[in-house]
Amino acid sequence: MTAPLHEPTAEAAPSAAADPAEAGARKVEGRSLKQIAWNRLKQDKIALAGGVTVLVLALVAVFAPLIVGLLGHPPNEFHQEELDPLTNLPQGAFGGMSSDFLFGVEPNKGRDVFSRIVYGARISLLVAFLAAVVATVLGTLFGILAGYFGGWVDAVISRTMDVLLSFPQLLFIISLVSVLPDDLLGLTGSGVRIGVLVLVIGFFGWPYVGRIVRGQTLSLREREYIEAARSLGGGRRHILFKELLPNLVAPILVYATLMIPTNILTEAALSFLGAGVRPPTASWGGMLRDALETYEHDPMFMVFPGATIFITVLAFNLFGDGLRDALDPKGTR
Amino acid sequence: MVPRRETGTAIPEVEGKMRTGSPKRRLAAGAALVVAALVTTTACGGGGDNGDKNEDGAGYNAALDKVVNASTKKGGTLKFVGKQDFDSLDPQRTYYGMTWDFLRFFTRTLVTYDTKPGEASNKLVGDLATGPAEVSEDGKTYTYKLRDGLTWEDGSALTSKDVKYGIERIWATDVITGGPAYIKQTLDPKGEYEGPYKDKSKDKLGLKAIETPDDQTIIFKLPKANGDFEQFLAMPTGAPVKQSEDTRAKYTQRPFSSGPYKIESRKANKSLVLVRNDAWKKESDPLRPALPDKITVTISANLEENDKRLMEGDYDLDVNGTGMTQSGRVSATQDHKGSIDNIQTSFVRYVALVHNTKPLDDVNCRKAVFYATDFAGLQQTRGGEVAGGEIANSVFPKSIPGHTDYDPYGILERKGKPDVAKAKAALKDCGQPNGFSTKITARTNNPGEVDAAEALQEQLAEVGIKVEVDPIDGAQSSSINGSPKVVKERGYGMIMSGWGPDFPTGQGYAQPLFDSRFIFENGNYNESEIKDKEIDGLFDEAIASTDPAKAKELYEQMNKRLIDNADWMPFIYEKNISWRSPRLTNVYSSAAYNGRYDYVSLGVVK
Repeated sequence: MTAPLHEPTAEAAPSAAADPAEAGARKVEGRSLKQIAWNRLKQDKIALAGGVTVLVLALVAVFAPLIVGLLGHPPNEFHQEELDPLTNLPQGAFGGMSSDFLFGVEPNKGRDVFSRIVYGARISLLVAFLAAVVATVLGTLFGILAGYFGGWVDAVISRTMDVLLSFPQLLFIISLVSVLPDDLLGLTGSGVRIGVLVLVIGFFGWPYVGRIVRGQTLSLREREYIEAARSLGGGRRHILFKELLPNLVAPILVYATLMIPTNILTEAALSFLGAGVRPPTASWGGMLRDALETYEHDPMFMVFPGATIFITVLAFNLFGDGLRDALDPKGTR
Repeated sequence: MVPRRETGTAIPEVEGKMRTGSPKRRLAAGAALVVAALVTTTACGGGGDNGDKNEDGAGYNAALDKVVNASTKKGGTLKFVGKQDFDSLDPQRTYYGMTWDFLRFFTRTLVTYDTKPGEASNKLVGDLATGPAEVSEDGKTYTYKLRDGLTWEDGSALTSKDVKYGIERIWATDVITGGPAYIKQTLDPKGEYEGPYKDKSKDKLGLKAIETPDDQTIIFKLPKANGDFEQFLAMPTGAPVKQSEDTRAKYTQRPFSSGPYKIESRKANKSLVLVRNDAWKKESDPLRPALPDKITVTISANLEENDKRLMEGDYDLDVNGTGMTQSGRVSATQDHKGSIDNIQTSFVRYVALVHNTKPLDDVNCRKAVFYATDFAGLQQTRGGEVAGGEIANSVFPKSIPGHTDYDPYGILERKGKPDVAKAKAALKDCGQPNGFSTKITARTNNPGEVDAAEALQEQLAEVGIKVEVDPIDGAQSSSINGSPKVVKERGYGMIMSGWGPDFPTGQGYAQPLFDSRFIFENGNYNESEIKDKEIDGLFDEAIASTDPAKAKELYEQMNKRLIDNADWMPFIYEKNISWRSPRLTNVYSSAAYNGRYDYVSLGVVK
């Protein structure tokens, strides 16, 4: 599972009719690409485990208020009575873990770590998911245009992608966040920050998708079925969105899934550096930063957000990997 | 006027996870591994008990009010470490308290703070001068006689003209920047003198307000009496500079020594090494014991690491003097309690309530904030009573004349707990019965400040005051917090920060904070934007007074008025935990240097 991402080759996408190789081997009746992929995915236990974890995380994020209501305390509530008055560290072993505070409390503030992890999932997943959507939409649009039209359109779009790929994204976001006003586009407070994070992470992510889509389009546009569509009088729009796009869905889907964990890490890194969401809104990266000051004496406070980020990123990567294998008939497994 | 802010900063510096051209997924997997590794190492590294205990120190709090390890033994190397470098080694350009403390190794002034522990250090004694000034009846003429045998590091005689020349440099504001301007404002309020570099007279000593009838005598003529004038002269701005050695803007790299040590090497933001100045004569200097043979300062950015190396004995003390980190003080309290002091600084942690931002223009809304704040909670967030400090009730810290027990809001009485009923009543009086919304700034490079702002946010929410926390970069605070225009534009109603006195009197502490004539477009510290003619009048009266008892009374009146109007909300009189190596001799905390150890007296055992 550790092999780098091979760009799914052109054969990944064509319809079942064009590629009967494996599907027809055992049974005579034809199966759609979806069915093939689903069957393969079902056999990949590791990918399924990743998928289930992702699903659980998504549910946790959606039902955060409910979960915290049952098992924790409000995420921004101070419980300084849980701290040792002299050292300001949690009383009790393992960062103050107890049945009342499942993951213990924060040093200095005494907020419930469990609640903050749960609420942090909302920020992490929301930003990562929306940014992936932005990047995928932009990347697909520009990639398909560059690949199909070629010539100067391709030149302009490709150079733009090169520029964006070599841009010091993190530094740019940090400076952008510090100069932007608090109220923007009708949003206030944390809403602005989330919006900015989504747009900026998404904007710097699209060239990665764009390159792949462009490469795929380049090879697909020479295919016979495109020729056929063209000779039958299909317009540009028809060829782009009715013929090419459906055959690009598989690589786009794989790439979008694999982009989410990267976005989660970027968001965590930005929060860690203080350019993420505003306090007191919980975020995993911000918790890691807070934990730095006391990690020697209260390691659990660093372990929980660290482990959560690790598990989340791993789960997304495993799932994305499995998805790619399932959608790629030429894969080696 | 640039006041003295705390110098230690503790933003964790980490490498960002930069996106490179490599495939994204590999990067993601790699970064996930880094996180995993981080988690594993911290899990293993926990506990923090490294077993080897240092030799026992002299005892917890031993150096607060007496001399620890009194000694006259010379020799050895005194090793400082610090996160932040000196702002400048040029005596006329420095404004950091830690630099003022350190500069006494190679800079002498007419008068200086006594080398005695605790509050006794606040007394001014003669240094270059034989003693404090002879002040004329009207308080406008100060005359000093210089000691015999004063020398520069090249062996030449140090005269009253060198003192005058050094002080004149303050006027060259285009070259000599950064230092306090008190002497200039007092002697030449209209700014008529242009400074020694534009001085047309042959000896460049054209400043009329200072006279040097002979090499041993110097006379200051003030246009208006100022009871704190000698305090100004005790700051490094009052130090002599030898005209032939004045390298102007470059003087900071190699100041010419008048004290027992001289600079051997200096690398900005890295290190400073001092060695003995053989031309200095002990007979001319009764204050400085000059024990170590060599003094080194190492600048190193990682505070946690610095604390560890202090405890391991690689260094003797922190030159910044801002106290140990939370992690350091937990280790130190557990393993080396005899080597730390719980020092009372003169710093006050406060929230300025901006009068220019609605609805905090209304006194009752400000009072509601006083009543709704859980001072005990803020105290705990900043480290508790020991490492954070005591709950504040007065705008003046305890060591500054003007502090009283006056407590109209019952803060001390309730042990810092809020009074929700009174807060709601005050909100009703101000026409905001359901509370209001505002914003607070807190500096990210000050450990615990954003935490405290978040705590305040939670506390005020109890009565319906919704506060949004805006963390700002501390390095930019003078252009954000310090700019009334920016504060207005961004709608900040509260500013959280810390403040320490330039010198231990009401004027040196409070004037930039509360005097309406000190509201500047940039670098403003009257952050509440208090425009109160009565306060301004009290400053004028207190400053003109040469009777400290009278001045104290006036500052007490000022305190009452500021608190009654809920103009500015102090919440902690700051304390810290400072490391004092068992190797050190002659150690004591000096109130005049904000509780720091008196560097110039220190020695080492080997």
